[in-house]
Amino acid sequence: MASGMLSTFLKRGAIWGFILVELIFFSIAGEQLSLSDKAFMDLDNMLLLFKQSAPIGIIAIGMTIIMINGNIDLSVGAIFALAAIVLLDSMTWPIFAGLGDWAIPLAWILALLAGVLLGALNGFIVWKTGIDAFIVTLGSMLGYRGLVFIYNGENPTSHLNWTLVDFAEAQWLGLHTATWFLLGATFVIWFIMNRTVHGRNAYAIGNNREAAVNAGIRVGPHMMINFMLIGFLAALSAVVFYSESGSVNPNDGELYELWAITAVVLGGTKLTGGSGSIISTFGGVLAIQLLRKGLGHIGADTETVNLVIGLILIAVLFLDRQLNIKGKEELRV
Amino acid sequence: MPKITKASLGRFLAKQGILIAFILFMVGFTLANERFLAPENVMGVIRSSAILGVMALGVTFVVISGNLDLSVGSMMSFSTIVVLDLHDKLGPTLAIPAMFAMTLCLGAIIGFLVGYLKLNSLIVTLGMLSAIHGLTLTYSGGKNMDIADKEGTWFSVFGQGELLGVPVPILLFVGLAAFLGIVLSKTPFGRKIYAVGGNGVAATFSGIRRPRVVLGCYLVSAFCVATAGLLQASRSLGSQNTVGQGLELEVLAAVILGGASLLGGSGTIFKTVIGVLILGFIQNGLLLVGLQFYAQYVVTWVIIILAVWLDIAAKRGKLLSPIA
Repeated sequence: MASGMLSTFLKRGAIWGFILVELIFFSIAGEQLSLSDKAFMDLDNMLLLFKQSAPIGIIAIGMTIIMINGNIDLSVGAIFALAAIVLLDSMTWPIFAGLGDWAIPLAWILALLAGVLLGALNGFIVWKTGIDAFIVTLGSMLGYRGLVFIYNGENPTSHLNWTLVDFAEAQWLGLHTATWFLLGATFVIWFIMNRTVHGRNAYAIGNNREAAVNAGIRVGPHMMINFMLIGFLAALSAVVFYSESGSVNPNDGELYELWAITAVVLGGTKLTGGSGSIISTFGGVLAIQLLRKGLGHIGADTETVNLVIGLILIAVLFLDRQLNIKGKEELRV
Repeated sequence: MPKITKASLGRFLAKQGILIAFILFMVGFTLANERFLAPENVMGVIRSSAILGVMALGVTFVVISGNLDLSVGSMMSFSTIVVLDLHDKLGPTLAIPAMFAMTLCLGAIIGFLVGYLKLNSLIVTLGMLSAIHGLTLTYSGGKNMDIADKEGTWFSVFGQGELLGVPVPILLFVGLAAFLGIVLSKTPFGRKIYAVGGNGVAATFSGIRRPRVVLGCYLVSAFCVATAGLLQASRSLGSQNTVGQGLELEVLAAVILGGASLLGGSGTIFKTVIGVLILGFIQNGLLLVGLQFYAQYVVTWVIIILAVWLDIAAKRGKLLSPIA
């Protein structure tokens, strides 16, 4: 009992402990090694950290619910790019020309709708054909990326709208727009997963699909809703990011799926489904961004970030296995 | 002669579906453009598929053993960069074995983590994807790698040479495929891979040392990746750090297209080669009929879904899944 509680506590709190260790390490190491005399835990620096976490973070929140459901989505990077193109291109369409700045909300809605539709297509294929989500989204990762390239070849799609840029760069209560969207997405998805029937059922399906079916839960629609949610969030991430930058390259968002999965796994969500927490994923996202910033702060090459994150990911997996009692039994077989 | 029923037709389609699809594609493209089946075109397609193909051979081993390997792309970048760098420092004769040794070490690390520590292969190789990418960048200092004397080296023979009129990459691809095909289907090691992938617990109880088999599969994969890196380096004699980026998923697509199940226990080298060729010929055929390059991605997507759907629909005897 006591050891069970201890391991639960370690797993729940691990990511926040890790963030604390990072903060202490980089603050102390920064004093010795950093070239700038600014402290690492500077308020501006931390606010920027939240803002920079937003693009991957919003996607990782969606990836968490997909993985709790026992699925995976490799196509989010391509959905991200496609939604960005819809956003920037639709503002220049002649039918919107007379609307002035009213074209902005319409472009947002179109981009988000594109994300939902692409996600729904993934979910529908998984539901109706019964193909593993890994294969379905591996395929659509190629397919959606193909659509991105077909749209505008290898040229960047650009449209800078200053009203939009002002909105994206605004700060409210000290936090940037992107940060508010990240916090909002985290809260809404947390609410859905912990306070609604859909959330309960999604956990149940991921935990034991047979039992969920026997309990009368309709597996298909719940999976499809989750794929629509992650499509929406991937598009939201694009909308927030490209409102500010105003230009999208056709291979933007490549490898985002892998970064998002890394953040989710660091947060302690299992690939097998049935368990995981939105808040811990939020921690995982912060931990990765902190690591990037911290390594830069102490003067390490940016190249080492990849190396360190890869090794940490494997170490987390190993520690999780050691802490997990059920896992230990499997080791003996 | 056995009677043809709906069920047996379904089974036949499922078993040979990918081959039939391949033949249909070839016929369709040939009708659309007569240059499609010209020897130089066919040779060109196989040659440009060789690097992806060699990597797919190794990944087939890993997938049959019931695991995944997402690190092959960044590992290929690593071996390409290493062999180019060592070429000028040690000379080609020493650089090639040194590069193979280093790549096999990476494969051994993955094999140890997945086989002996029993960690989830998807996450381990995802971590290694990132870690090896970092390793490559640290090794090269983020700079592109080039061979100083591009004219005076015999190193280019692997990627650009010809033997009896056949390009060397094709010979290497076909030779390696034949060798690994025999290993997989005719040796005890090969049978053990199918056993471990089909039912790991049963294989352990029948005395197969599962960790060792898994390690072996990742070593085969690393060897194939090193060969692909050699081909890439020798073809271009210079390279970026990200040359293999994204290849891991294309390789996996070829293996799945060939009919290997991600659950493990099924798949063959021959079918993987067909999968690789389908990807290559679709790309080429779509270009020849005048579609733009990127249309192949969309077509590949549709084909992967249809191929896998057909496969599992025939196995369960129903077109739509029983998911409520």
